[in-house]
Amino acid sequence: MGVEGIGARVTRKEDKRFLTGKGRYTDDMTVPGMKYAYFIRSPHAHARIKGIDKSAALSMPGVIAVLDGKELKADGIGNLICGWMIHSKDGSPMKMGAWRPLADETVRYVGDAVAIVVADSMGEARDAAEAVSVDYDVLPAVISSVDTLKPGAPQLHPEAPNNLIFDWEIGDSAAADAALASAAHVTEMEIINNRLSPNPMEPRAALGIYDEAEDHYTCYTTSQNPHVARLVMSAFYNVAPEHKLRVIAPDVGGGFGSKIYIYPEEIVCLWASKKTGVPVKWTADRTEAFLTDAHGRDHVTKVKLGFDKDHRITGLKVDTIANLGAYMSLFSSVTPTYLHATLFSGQYVIPAIHANVRAVYTNTTPVDAYRGAGRPEATYVLERLMETAARELGVSPAELRRKNFITTFPYQTPVILTYDAGDYAASLDAAMKAADWDGFPARRAESEKRGMKRGIGMSCYIEACGIAPSAAVGSLGSGVGLWESAEVRVNAVGTIEVLTGSHSHGQGHETTFAQLVADRLGVPMDSVAIVHGDTDKVQMGMGTYGSRSGAVGMSAIVKALDKVEAKAKKIAAHLMEADESDIVVENGTLKVAGTDKSLPWFQVALAAYTAHNLPAGMEPGLKEGAFYDPSNFTFPAGCYICEVEVDPETGKTHIVQFVAADDFGNIINPMIVEGQVHGGIAQGVGQALLEGVHYDTSTGQLLTASYMDYAMPRADDLPSFQVSHQCTPSPSNPLGIKGCGEAGAIGSPPAVINAITDAIGNNDLTMPATPQKVWAALNAAR
Amino acid sequence: MYATNYHRASSVEEAVKLATDNGDAKFVSGGQTLIATMKQRLASPSDLIDLRHVAALKGIAVNGRSVRIGAAVTHAEVAASAELRAVCPALANLAGGIGDPHVRHLGTIGGSIANNDPAADYPSAMLALDATIVTDRREIAASDFFQGLFTTALEEGEMITAIRFEAPEKAGYAKFPNPASRYAMTGVFVARRGGAVRVAVTGAGADGVFRHEGLELALSGNWAPDAVGGVSIDPTNLMSDLHASSEYRANLVKVMAKRAVASTL
Ligand SMILES: Cc1cc2nc3c(=O)[nH]c(=O)nc-3n(C[C@H](O)[C@H](O)[C@H](O)COP(=O)(O)OP(=O)(O)OC[C@H]3O[C@@H](n4cnc5c(N)ncnc54)[C@H](O)[C@@H]3O)c2cc1C
Repeated sequence: MGVEGIGARVTRKEDKRFLTGKGRYTDDMTVPGMKYAYFIRSPHAHARIKGIDKSAALSMPGVIAVLDGKELKADGIGNLICGWMIHSKDGSPMKMGAWRPLADETVRYVGDAVAIVVADSMGEARDAAEAVSVDYDVLPAVISSVDTLKPGAPQLHPEAPNNLIFDWEIGDSAAADAALASAAHVTEMEIINNRLSPNPMEPRAALGIYDEAEDHYTCYTTSQNPHVARLVMSAFYNVAPEHKLRVIAPDVGGGFGSKIYIYPEEIVCLWASKKTGVPVKWTADRTEAFLTDAHGRDHVTKVKLGFDKDHRITGLKVDTIANLGAYMSLFSSVTPTYLHATLFSGQYVIPAIHANVRAVYTNTTPVDAYRGAGRPEATYVLERLMETAARELGVSPAELRRKNFITTFPYQTPVILTYDAGDYAASLDAAMKAADWDGFPARRAESEKRGMKRGIGMSCYIEACGIAPSAAVGSLGSGVGLWESAEVRVNAVGTIEVLTGSHSHGQGHETTFAQLVADRLGVPMDSVAIVHGDTDKVQMGMGTYGSRSGAVGMSAIVKALDKVEAKAKKIAAHLMEADESDIVVENGTLKVAGTDKSLPWFQVALAAYTAHNLPAGMEPGLKEGAFYDPSNFTFPAGCYICEVEVDPETGKTHIVQFVAADDFGNIINPMIVEGQVHGGIAQGVGQALLEGVHYDTSTGQLLTASYMDYAMPRADDLPSFQVSHQCTPSPSNPLGIKGCGEAGAIGSPPAVINAITDAIGNNDLTMPATPQKVWAALNAAR
Repeated sequence: MYATNYHRASSVEEAVKLATDNGDAKFVSGGQTLIATMKQRLASPSDLIDLRHVAALKGIAVNGRSVRIGAAVTHAEVAASAELRAVCPALANLAGGIGDPHVRHLGTIGGSIANNDPAADYPSAMLALDATIVTDRREIAASDFFQGLFTTALEEGEMITAIRFEAPEKAGYAKFPNPASRYAMTGVFVARRGGAVRVAVTGAGADGVFRHEGLELALSGNWAPDAVGGVSIDPTNLMSDLHASSEYRANLVKVMAKRAVASTL
């Protein structure tokens, strides 16, 4: 590794503009004649729209238009869709209800958009919105995923009787039943995975610009995948054909999944721009973000895990209800199915697994993938189970896990996935050592002297990342392929532009992708620019989520670099009158191996563009594109250990130590990877201790609609993390990368809850483990 | 936010006149509560009278054990005052635990008391310290001033100019912050003058800040954390919400009282 190449701790190129306030976000975009949209949203969780009276609003100052769902429908704008088909176990396709970008007949959650006001200023738009009177016929609402399946529950969509979207299964039910029936010990639990709000620092925004002369649309939007946005808006929502629609996702201030999806607002802003003849901008305020950004998690699971007399796992049976909210968001169906239940083997040999997942509608904000997406839910179930089983069996939780680890690879699980590489004991050992596991009893005794309760807990997670082979996801119902594209353009002066379909919204691609090029070609990082986020610049791409930008996005760059290098070698060989196979790339030059003959990279590039002296028949230029489709998922895994002290008088948990030992395969920039792990753990600790979306269960009002009531983790809620890396390179991509974006959020919640339940001696505790809940659980245990 | 007219007052008289002359005017001090409320369109004053530039409302004066704090003194100034800390560290510590640095450098004691948020920290101190709230027209004892959730004895257009109190021999404050907002989910301020003990509780009462007689009785007999142990806290009149049930708050009242006393020893 060089000072800038693969493996170097290079500080981030993009940080200068972010730290000095020079980032350019969607809300920073201003175009001549631009006006502002304000969305009128349903105050009711479930109601029929009887009528909308716009007359008073239309005569208010600054108002350009008030547009509603009937007009949107009349203009042929389509329904929002879910892009992954899931079939129920009876073979029937999932039952998707209609989601109108502006509701025209029925509203189904508090925040559902019904109309917009376009005005000269945001203030005038809001003033006029208050003068629009929407006449509602309020209907009964249902909030909980368990209640919504009960007979007599309010019905959300005619397409989905009993509010059931699908009833899906994976694995072998009879084999799992048999394994449990003959087990020497069965651990049984009911586990709730709490609903979360994603809270990116930048709220969502959209700017729609219609150019009448060209009949062309431009959309600036807060997206993790602008090309997918363009594809879906063209193919399904009938906004404009692809060649007439440019989507730009400029700097984006965090996504965590919530900015994968196409929401009503960008569609409506584009449509409204054509309708009104002016560019239309909308920026969410924080309340709108709480109300309308797709939520995460919200599972209720019943589960049984069987062991033989030697404490080897024999079988697992899972029954989950997943709350998808009022509408099916873009990838809502795959999150609780193929991104969740395929992970139930964890790091363990489990001969028989069966999981059943029912997805349901409720009068709540739509739920979709959120950092980890299904894998945190699976990990939480499995790792709470393993810890509980160890307590019930009276054995060390570490040794119970170790005994059941998968140790030979490739390993075919009973739930589709084939793990390609891993060394789970290496991470377990590293974590236990870093946490001084053996010294815990002494630390506990010391805490007890101070009247505090100390506990320790671990979690051994695995995730499937880098999603994934297109043919595989296609066979499982995906509407899109999950490859990535790249183009490497070597300019005539030797500087390099890399166009990528990955999108950076906090991941540091402008740094790590440049490191890859610097490493490969021996050129300075400063001579490399990463271009992304604009459908007019980058031809196509699938975007950033599922920890895929390294494993898939960078692999596409590697393929393009291979082609560039091959052509450059041909040119260099020709110019130096050497054999092509003797040319090597070294320190920014192309050298004839074993001689002192060499050409700097820029001279080869110049030769490619002057084209005065190229090998016979060669095209001028030095620019190559590639599409990369991986051969498998990647499987990051690791072990997290959390140690807590609980104040028994107040129930307040203090995390005294948090250790992460992760195997992400090869690492491009350890500093950025550690940052991803830190952020992920902070989010996981947030879920475990603080965060939770709450609705009033009778009215469906969102109770946690601001930071007064939704608790986000702050620096003083967190310890200084101890992070280490083990490495088994992924055999499934050329760089041996596994991905690190979600691990922290996946692995940490069970470690935290296992530690608290260990401290208080009561295993009956749900997330978030607030002081009140821990205090009550402690008292119940006394 | 609705449009509003901004006025910068330079004296108490001018501020009061501006408030009286303009129909739906409101004083703005730190703006940490009022501006947020206006942004949410929950308040729509026609005029804002800014008090932050009125010299008479600034400054902390400590004379022997008599303390006077101007209404427009920020939480950060209270927290940093060495003179105050010398006679009543508990109040300085309380101010240092409000919100975050931004809030502490803008929010003021006058604004906090006028607002009387049931989860605010200062009201408990005012009540336990037996403070006097000084306004442009009269003086009001703290026990008469706080009248329930977001309700005070202030009349239309009446302005707090300062608060005054005699520093007690012992005073302590312990706060259990709400995990989300970090306002007091329960905060207890204890103060002792000879045998007279006042214990005021914020963040917990269904009607806002209140004094707890049982705790006062127990502590006047024995100024020690353990003295709190035998007191029973009735949850009936305590708040119950998403974050804390009334039973849990009753527990916190006891634990925070104990810790407040311990902080004085
Ligand atoms: C993020 C955040 C966290 C916070 N955390 C805490 C916390 O932990 N504990 C806590 O106690 N508070 C907390 N606060 C509230 C903070 O202390 C506010 O500063 C305080 O409630 C109001 O003071 P202000 O000077 O900002 O008043 P303003 O917002 O300017 O005014 C509030 C009200 O008081 C009136 N008013 C202001 N000055 C006077 C006066 N001199 N005479 C008469 N009426 C007047 C105004 O008209 C208005 O109705 C927090 C606030 C924020 C934004």
